[in-house]
Amino acid sequence: MGTLLNNELFVLTLVIGIYLGASFIYKKSKLALLHPLPLCIGILILILTLTHTDYTTFKKGSHMIDFMLGPAVVALGLILYEQYEHVKKNIVSILVTIFAGALSGILSVGGIAWLLGADRVIIETLLPKSVTTPIAIGISERFGGLPGLTAVIVVLVGVFGGIIGPYLLKKLGITSRVAQGLAMGAGAHGLGMTRAIELGAVEGAISGLAIVLMGLMTAILIPIVNLIMDLF
Amino acid sequence: MPGVFIILLMLLLGNGLSSAINGIIPGSVIGMALLFLALLSKIIKPEMIRKPAGYLINHMSLFFIPVGVGLMTAWDLIASHWLSIIVSSVVSTVVVLAVVGLVQQKMEKK
Repeated sequence: MGTLLNNELFVLTLVIGIYLGASFIYKKSKLALLHPLPLCIGILILILTLTHTDYTTFKKGSHMIDFMLGPAVVALGLILYEQYEHVKKNIVSILVTIFAGALSGILSVGGIAWLLGADRVIIETLLPKSVTTPIAIGISERFGGLPGLTAVIVVLVGVFGGIIGPYLLKKLGITSRVAQGLAMGAGAHGLGMTRAIELGAVEGAISGLAIVLMGLMTAILIPIVNLIMDLF
Repeated sequence: MPGVFIILLMLLLGNGLSSAINGIIPGSVIGMALLFLALLSKIIKPEMIRKPAGYLINHMSLFFIPVGVGLMTAWDLIASHWLSIIVSSVVSTVVVLAVVGLVQQKMEKK
C-alpha cells in the first residue's frame, strides 16, 4: 500500500472514500464531536504511519483535493451576497460588531498563548482560530503558522463554541435574534451555524453572514497585528 | 460550466491582486470579495454560479483533509504547547461569543 500512496488516482479515491464514510457516521450519530474532518485526518494519519509513508508523498498525491480549497473560498462570496440582501439596513452595526469580535478574538488568543509561553509559530497557528477553516488555513500558511494544526484547532473551536454558545448567550441575557446568530457564526463558524439554525431561521441565516465577514475581517486584521508584533 | 469559469476567474484575479500586495491577504479571500462585488453590481447573476458554488460549499470539509493530515508533522510542537493552545482557544472563543453578542445587542437598543 505504501507504493500505492504515490499514485494520485489511488489517493484521490481513498480520501474521497474515507470522507464519505466519515460523513455517513457523522450524519447517523448527530454528534458534533464526530465531525468528519478530525475523523478523516485521524484515519489517514494512521494509514500513513502504518505504511511508513511520509507526509510529502501524501501531499503530492492529494494536491487535486487541496487545489479545490481556493475555489471553495471564492464560492463563499455567493453566501455573502445572498445574506447581504437580507440585512442591508443593519449592515453598519453588523460590521462594527464583527470588527469588535475579530479584534478581540485575535488579541485574546494571541495574548493568552504568549503569556503561557507559546512561541511565534504556535501564535500564528492560533490567530485565525475563529475563522472558517479554508480561510484560516490560508492565513496561517502565509504568516508561518502550521496550517494542519490550525485546521484541527478551528474544528475543535467550532465544536466547543457550538456546544456552549447557546447557553452562554442565554446567561448573558442576549435575546436579539440577530445578535445570537452573529455570535454563533463569529465564535464557532460552520458548527456554530448548525446550532444557530436550530435556534431559528433568522439566527441561521445571520450566522452564515457572520462566518464570511469574520473571515474577511480577520484576513485584513492579522497582517496589521503581525506588523505590530514584528516591531517587538 | 460558465459558473465554474467565473469562480476560477475570480480566484485567478484574487491571486494576482494578492501577489501585488505581497500576499498579505490570501488570493482566495480577495476572490471571494470580487465575486461578491460582481454579484452586487449585477455583472454576474447568482443563478449562474449557484450550482458549482453549492457543490463547493457543501463538500468543503473534504478539501481541508490534505492540509489537516499535515498535523502529523507537528506532534513535537503540540506535545510542548498543548496547554497554551487549549487554554487560549477556549478562553478566546468565549470572548468572541460574548463580545459579538453584547456589542450587537447594545447597538440595536440605541
